[in-house]
Amino acid sequence: MKKAFIYQLAAVFMFVLVFDSGPVAAGSTPKKGGALPEISLSVPKDPGHRDYLGLSGQGLFRIGQIKAKAVIIEIFSMYCPHCQGEAFRVNELYELMEKTSNAKGKLKLIGIGAGNSAFEVGIFKETYKVPFPLFADGDFSIHKSLGEVRTPYFFGVKIKDDGTHEVFYSKLGGFNNADEFLQMMLKLAELD
Amino acid sequence: MRNKKALLLLSGLVAIFCLSTSAFGLSDAFKNNIYNPGIMKPTDSVLKVNVGDRAPDFTLPAVSGGKVSLGHYLGKKNVVLSFVPAAWTPVCSDQWPGYNIVKQIFDKNNAILLGITVDNIPTLFAWTNQMGKLWFDILSDFWPHGAVAAKYGVLRSDGVTERALFVIDKKGIVRYIDVHNINERPRLEVLVKELEKLGK
Repeated sequence: MKKAFIYQLAAVFMFVLVFDSGPVAAGSTPKKGGALPEISLSVPKDPGHRDYLGLSGQGLFRIGQIKAKAVIIEIFSMYCPHCQGEAFRVNELYELMEKTSNAKGKLKLIGIGAGNSAFEVGIFKETYKVPFPLFADGDFSIHKSLGEVRTPYFFGVKIKDDGTHEVFYSKLGGFNNADEFLQMMLKLAELD
Repeated sequence: MRNKKALLLLSGLVAIFCLSTSAFGLSDAFKNNIYNPGIMKPTDSVLKVNVGDRAPDFTLPAVSGGKVSLGHYLGKKNVVLSFVPAAWTPVCSDQWPGYNIVKQIFDKNNAILLGITVDNIPTLFAWTNQMGKLWFDILSDFWPHGAVAAKYGVLRSDGVTERALFVIDKKGIVRYIDVHNINERPRLEVLVKELEKLGK
């Protein structure tokens, strides 16, 4: 009887460990000089986006695998009024990056939709004609690991030759001038 | 017997641990003005309408001025009622702004959206102003407090509403109900699929 109870108890614990890790504990927000937590994103289906990020095949990839010297990551949500209002300016940043020799091919831009499903990210992308890759974070797991930042939030990350990375920018809120923001990013990423 | 009780208790704790999640991404549009009530009981009311029933009619004051009646849309438009629990709370503040950028989906399905809370008009005015210009009406079910929510069976025991969606067709018949976990935002694609079914 006692033995059976122990087995039952063990089964309940196994269920918890194997099938549910419980609420994902919110991490702390990475700061300048630190590193992002392990973030895995799906390789884009869009061949243009795959080329832009220097990826191939399918499955998941890490930020450090993006073919770039540095990456700007916008944490956004289709449900966020500021992200909606500033979408045009972030698009402008991307266009400028593609036109600026110091940035093109070296500095890349991606967005991660906090709590947004692939469908919801698609709505945002289509509504605002977003030209750069956006990724879904439907279960908020990435958002939680980044300390549940408010949106929009921007991270700048330097990619090192060994695939590791270092945060050089971590700030809440958008920007008023895409060119000024780009110049600041280039300087902080030491690409100027 | 004692072992069984212990197992039951442990299972209950595990269930609470697994199910008590809340996740929201908060827009900076609301700054630090959002009150977080923490994790709430997922649902706390008993529905009084079912799919296939005639939707109870109502008339409520709108933030935009005047009053809006559900009956006004009878024979003209499909209607989505979006009850959200309370102004200035986390998940609610990140729900209607998303609907605000999908007017074309509602138009395509000959539908309109009515947002409802039990907050009063001044509160709703201040809150929804942070969301930008909304294309849909926001209605106040403040007085008699939560009367419409109660009629639909989505008034919780603490006086706020459930996070609930009702899709009502042009004939005034309830075609879809989602009394969602109050701690989570319903997926947009599910609502869109339900709207698309109306035209089939």
